[in-house]
Amino acid sequence: MTDHAAVPAATAPRPRRQSTVSRRVRKGAVGALWALAGILLVMLMWELVKWVGTLVSLPFNTNDLSMPHVWTMFSGAWQPEVRGSDTTVLQAVLQSAAYSLLIALGGFIIGVSVGLLLAIVMQRFAFLERGLLPFVIASQTVPLIALAPLITGIGNRISIGPVQWSTTYSVMFIAAYLAFFPLSVGALRGLHAPTATSLELMRSYAATPRATLFKLRFPASLPYLVPAMKVSAAAAVVGTVVAEISTGVRGGIGRLILEYSREATSQPAKVYVAVFGAIVLGLVAAGLVTALDLYLTRNLPKESPA
Amino acid sequence: MTTTTSDLAVQAQGIWKVFNAGLANEVTALQDIDLVVGRGEFVSLIGPSGCGKSTLLRVIADLTDATQGSLQVAGMSAAQARQEQRYGIAFQQAALFDWRTVRRNVELPLELQGWDKGRRQARAMELLEMVQLADFADHRPWELSGGMQQRVAIARSLAVDPPLLLMDEPFGALDEMTRERMQNELLRIRQETGKSIIFVTHSIPEAVYLSDRVVVMSPRPGRITDVIPVSLGERDDDTREAESFFESVTAVREALRGNPSSPARARVGEV
Repeated sequence: MTDHAAVPAATAPRPRRQSTVSRRVRKGAVGALWALAGILLVMLMWELVKWVGTLVSLPFNTNDLSMPHVWTMFSGAWQPEVRGSDTTVLQAVLQSAAYSLLIALGGFIIGVSVGLLLAIVMQRFAFLERGLLPFVIASQTVPLIALAPLITGIGNRISIGPVQWSTTYSVMFIAAYLAFFPLSVGALRGLHAPTATSLELMRSYAATPRATLFKLRFPASLPYLVPAMKVSAAAAVVGTVVAEISTGVRGGIGRLILEYSREATSQPAKVYVAVFGAIVLGLVAAGLVTALDLYLTRNLPKESPA
Repeated sequence: MTTTTSDLAVQAQGIWKVFNAGLANEVTALQDIDLVVGRGEFVSLIGPSGCGKSTLLRVIADLTDATQGSLQVAGMSAAQARQEQRYGIAFQQAALFDWRTVRRNVELPLELQGWDKGRRQARAMELLEMVQLADFADHRPWELSGGMQQRVAIARSLAVDPPLLLMDEPFGALDEMTRERMQNELLRIRQETGKSIIFVTHSIPEAVYLSDRVVVMSPRPGRITDVIPVSLGERDDDTREAESFFESVTAVREALRGNPSSPARARVGEV
């Protein structure tokens, strides 16, 4: 019985789709454990430094006012925010962090859209790349502290119909201003990523620039776009917090840090809780982008060229 | 003109391609090329690196302009032939899109032509059957071996059913065993579909095994120095060991050395 029909499968590597998922989950769990260990280590170091400070004289203050105990911070989180109020410090911090996250998210979305749009026109028209890129780079050399009052000043005079500009928009604008830059540079690199052969292939199909953008350049740019989005998200968060402080806008974590630091002499733990709130805010933002990353690159081989 | 031009797959006359014209680094990539490819004919372009064989293919594909000369592809201008998808093309790199499944890679040209999903899928599956990769339709290109990827690229080049196939060293990156299998497969596809094929290679046995005619080119400036007809009849694995096969291989090799073995091959083009 000759039963060996042409089997082209003989040389094919096995697909590795299922194993990838479980491997990712395992990797995630291991990563979480390491992160937890890292946090514990930092707490330990903190207390160690405080303890050493009681034995020898260190060049900085290690007293409970400057460096409250880890447990003081934990218990401080559960204190009422102001005497007699029924919101705890933790609640106030989380609320402010959530508020800032929304602003940062808005800034991120605007920044990503603008950055992507810039990258697309710069890729499409070489003269725009030459003309625009220096301004894109120069935009990031303007110090944020100088920019913030300027934007608030100009913004406050804007009203479109019934919509009145609020300082919150200024904060969002500043977040977007910081977020668009890494994205546009990364996206530009990504849009230039397709090989000459792929581009000739599209040309041989008489594909329109639009079809080439959506069917080739954009998918090919993802390995560059995704890391750029991570940097942009971080920039949006930092931009939001700093802009909140320098514009003095209420409701966000930036302002809260400012207020709590004024109370540091009486309640030193409070400002630390607020700082942790800012860190959590950054982590949540990074987590959201990672989720987006997993979704966008689900069809790509896992080795990233970038 | 005796034959109507539409009977010819390609008709090129006096094609010149000069890069950096007028500059210090001016290069004449193609000099006064005349090439006629009949319908259903298999013609190989062979020559050392830099002889302009790929450039000639790219001029025919309208991926680059000829500096001078007249060119008809499938009875129309090269630009029109490209617009109307009168040829399919395959390169040395399979150039499959990683983010698409094998089937959707084959569908790409059809998608760009605005075919609806059902017809597209049916056509892609039909082509994947032809290159014996139907079982791999839902795989990703990076899960396939080099030879399989190249078969997908060939299926893709046939998607819109063009009368002409342009192939630029499509088997150049494959190992010898795979390469010979792919050559047989290409001849089978040619027989099934009756395509005209222009095939760029730098392998003499490959050119001889596949072609009806081997066009020999030489560099600086790139020009056609010889055209060698090959008549081996029906090819099979014995063909590679046949006397007539080696005779043709020798003829092409001598032509490449610029050492015409018969007076008939002393040709124009030498200025």
